[in-house]
This record gives sequence, C-alpha cells and structure tokens, in this order.
Amino acid sequence: MEPIISVKGLGKTYAGGFTALKNVDLDIQRGEIFALLGPNGAGKTTLISIVCGIVNPTSGSVIANGYDIQRDYRLVRSEIGLVPQELATDAFESVWATVNFSRGLFGKAPNPAYIEKLLRQLSLWEKRDSKIMALSGGMKRRVMIAKALSHEPKILFLDEPTAGVDVELRQDMWEMVRELRESGVTIILTTHYIEEAEEMADRVGVINHGEVILVEDKRTLMQKMGEKELSLHLPEPLDKVPEILADLPLTLSADGSQLVYRFDIKSSDTGITEFLRRLNEANIDFRDLHTRESSLEEIFVGLVRGKHAESEQQLTKEAQE
Amino acid sequence: MNWYGIRAIYKFEMARTWRTLMQSIASPVLSTSLYFIVFGAAIGSRMGDIDGVSYGAFIIPGLIMLSLLSESISNASFGIFFPKFSGTIYEVLSAPVSAFEVVAGYVGAAATKSIILGLLILVTARFFVDYEIVHPFWMLGFLVLTALTFSMFGFIIGIWADDFQKLQVIPLMVVTPLTFLGGAFYSINMLPELWQKITLFNPVVYLISGFRWAFYGVSDVNVGISLGMTLLFLLLCMTGIWWIFRTGYRIKT
Repeated sequence: MEPIISVKGLGKTYAGGFTALKNVDLDIQRGEIFALLGPNGAGKTTLISIVCGIVNPTSGSVIANGYDIQRDYRLVRSEIGLVPQELATDAFESVWATVNFSRGLFGKAPNPAYIEKLLRQLSLWEKRDSKIMALSGGMKRRVMIAKALSHEPKILFLDEPTAGVDVELRQDMWEMVRELRESGVTIILTTHYIEEAEEMADRVGVINHGEVILVEDKRTLMQKMGEKELSLHLPEPLDKVPEILADLPLTLSADGSQLVYRFDIKSSDTGITEFLRRLNEANIDFRDLHTRESSLEEIFVGLVRGKHAESEQQLTKEAQE
Repeated sequence: MNWYGIRAIYKFEMARTWRTLMQSIASPVLSTSLYFIVFGAAIGSRMGDIDGVSYGAFIIPGLIMLSLLSESISNASFGIFFPKFSGTIYEVLSAPVSAFEVVAGYVGAAATKSIILGLLILVTARFFVDYEIVHPFWMLGFLVLTALTFSMFGFIIGIWADDFQKLQVIPLMVVTPLTFLGGAFYSINMLPELWQKITLFNPVVYLISGFRWAFYGVSDVNVGISLGMTLLFLLLCMTGIWWIFRTGYRIKT
C-alpha cells in the first residue's frame, strides 16, 4: 500500500549552522500509529515541523497523502493536525472560539455539532465559555488537541503529547488516540518516553543526532533485539554463584536471594533446560520464577549507545589510517 | 481561495478589538476630542482662517490622519507580533492559508478598525466645529487607502519586531513626528521657504494634503501627487510583505 507520508533525503541545517536532520528517509503507513523515538535534540520536532510547514527544509522532499508538502501545501495541510510540544494558546479567547477559529483557519465550514462532540470527548464541554488563561495546564493541553482535531484531519502529529501531563489526561489521550486510529486517522507521535511508544505504537522509528537509525514493527523490534530474563527467587540466599553454574550467564542479586539467568529469545537453544537440570543437580530450591522481556527502553539505550560506539570506532580507525 | 481561513483570522482580530474597546476605540476618540478642545476651540478661535477654512475645521483631516496612521500601525503590528511572541503562530503557519489570505485577514481587520475609528472621530468633530466635505467619495477613498497602507506597514513592523520595544519604536519615533511635522496643524505654506522644501520629503505631507483636499477642495500639494504617493507607499508595503513571505523572514526558520 502507498505510504501516507513519504520522506526522502530530508535535511535541515539551521541558520546558526546546526544540522538537525541528515538525509532522512521515512515512510509512514496509512492508518498506523507511528512513534518517533529519540533523546532531546535528536531532530524529532524539526522533522514534524517540516511536514507541517512550520520549518523549511534545506534539502529533500516530503509527499503527504499523495501531494508534495511545498507545492501542494493547501491540499496537504488541510488533512494534517498538529499538537505541538509547547503549550501555546491564546489567553483571552474562549475555548469555543479558539477551536472554531482553528476549524475555519483550516478551510472547513463551521460545524457546531462536530465541535461539540469533540469538546465533550475531551471533557472540555463544561469549559467551552471559559477564557483559556483560566484553565489548568492539562486543560490547555486538551484545548490544543481539540484545535488540532477541529478540522477532522486524516493525519495527526502529536509532539511529545504527554510531557508534563497528569496520569488521567495521559490515559484519556491514549484512549482517544486509539479511537482515532479506529476511525482511520494516521497518528505520528514523538516521544522520549519509551513506555509511550511501547504502549501505543504499531511501529517505532528511532532517531538520534538527526538520523533515523532504525524503523521497525514494534513487536519485531522487541523480538529481534530482545533479551529475556529468567529470575528465580531462592528460599535460602546464596553467597556466590555455585561452581557448577559458573559457566552460565548468571547474576546473583546483592542479597543473594535472586538468581537471574539471561538468554536470547532468538536463539534456537535458550539453555533453560540445561540451567534447570544443573540447579536440580546442585540441589538449589526456588520459591518462585518469572521471565521478563527487555523493554523498548533497554533496546533503545542499546541502539543509541551502539551507534555511538560504532561511530567512535570509525573515527579511531580513520585517525589511525 | 480559503475564505473560511480569511474569515477566521478576520473574526479573531475583530474580536480582539471588541474585547479592548476602551483602549482601541474610546481612548483615541477621547484624545482627539482634547485636540479639538485645545487647538480647535481655545487656540483656534484666536487664529485666522487658512485657505478660507476656519482653523478648527482645518485641523480635522490632519487629526483623523494622525489617529489613522498610529492606530493602523499599532493594530496590525500587534496583531501579528503577539502570535509570534506567544507561539500560537504555529497554527497559522501549519494551516492551508496562503500569504495573501493571512495578510487579508490581519491587515483587513486592522484597517477596518482604523476606518471605524476615523469615522468616529469625524462624527465627534461635529460636536466641536462645523465642517463640510466637498468630495465625500475621495474622502472615503483616501481614508480606506491610508488605513490599508499603514496596516500593511504595521504588519511589516510586527514581523520585524522581536521585542515589545521594537514594536513601539517606529510608531513613536518616526510616524508621530512625521505626522506632526506633516501639516496636521498648519499649512506648509506657512513655513519658511527652506522648510517648505524639506517638508516635501515627508511622505505624511502628501497623505494629509490629499485628505484635506477631499474635505475642503484646497491642498498644499497637487492632489494627483498625493494620490500617487499614497499608492506608491501602498506598493512598497505590498512588496515588503511579498518578500517576507517569499523568504520566510522572521516567521519561518
């Protein structure tokens, strides 16, 4: 299927000389939730700002919904909604006025019934006549979401949607994002919270230093990169890992009550059987056992570090040559 | 053409006007009334007619211009400066609106407000002095043209300014002096010859002179030149705005 957004060779160097994006290629599939994951300053906001028309690219092109974002900006932008990271709202306008303003700005005829539905969905209906400055931070965030959805976009960008947001709003927002996806909206969210990507996304793209390091189906990514841990809770703490188990990838917790076995879920022989057999031989009892997959966070840290180490090695090699 | 977009911006800006009625309408009307009382009634009663027009009536076009210029500039500049300052401009930038539509919304609203204000001052003046308007059509024409031109000029200042001080400096330090020296309160024929020549470099002279011609049929400079200069300034402002949007100057990185 034709991707809904296709980014090709996108680069951005700011006037100050800072290169925020280096030759980025990225395809977003229609109807998916895509998480763009990366540390602060990685280029996430620059990337979506270019797609939304706020920042001009230095090089490359973006096709969204079949149209070039610069040449056919009208057709492209009327289908895109953006919730920026910063809370930027008009202070003196009422909630109702500002959301209707957004709808008009995006070229849609007034539709009070739809706006009412939207405000109710975001628990803003009671506050529709309040001035925005009288609202709490969380409520302002809801207003920004309502503005972004006011023109019924097909593509929604959420830039760090849950930064500084309380638990309740976070839950509501995730719920809403899922509903939007059900209705066919493509959602691209940037985050540096791994849990967010892990919980929400269908696919994950990792960006660092202006480069997209990896794009992968979330489950594949976790399977591919994942390590699993098997933890045993011991009724009688050990001083050290027994001789008979010494050659296995084991760690003992500081208090000696937990033995952790690490294995790679990709490999055909995980070695668990062998581990358990030797435990039996050594007469070590255990009270409980559980396994845990490594989180996206661990994968992410591994990736970012790995890439960093790689480029350092490259530099050293180049220096030696 | 995104008509809904233009309407949204226009409505938003006009809502700001109604919200700040005291500041945007009442205060300029009050200060102009004070001018009428002091210059028109108190001092003017001791002055002779100028070009056959009583002094109180003579200053009406100049006083309207004074408010028109400063209000057009401050309305339009604040209108675009504030979204830049508060960050809400992201929405306009990401919206399917062309440069023309953005300008039509912001400048249209600022100009509307100035025109309303100009007409209000005209009505207020009636309470203090008698006047007639010889060319009402041209009077309105100059009023609209000047309001549009200086709202565009204000829009440019609002884009250029990156702090509140810069927002104020051009209206206060340049436009107000030029208006006072542009024949708002006197005919430039009353100046010594050298200053008459120097004054001709002041663009505001042409605006006031043309506007006064529409009222009384008399002017300091030929009305054709006045109209030409007004249109020239309009063209300059349009070019400035075109350049701003083409390059993304101070609005896009």
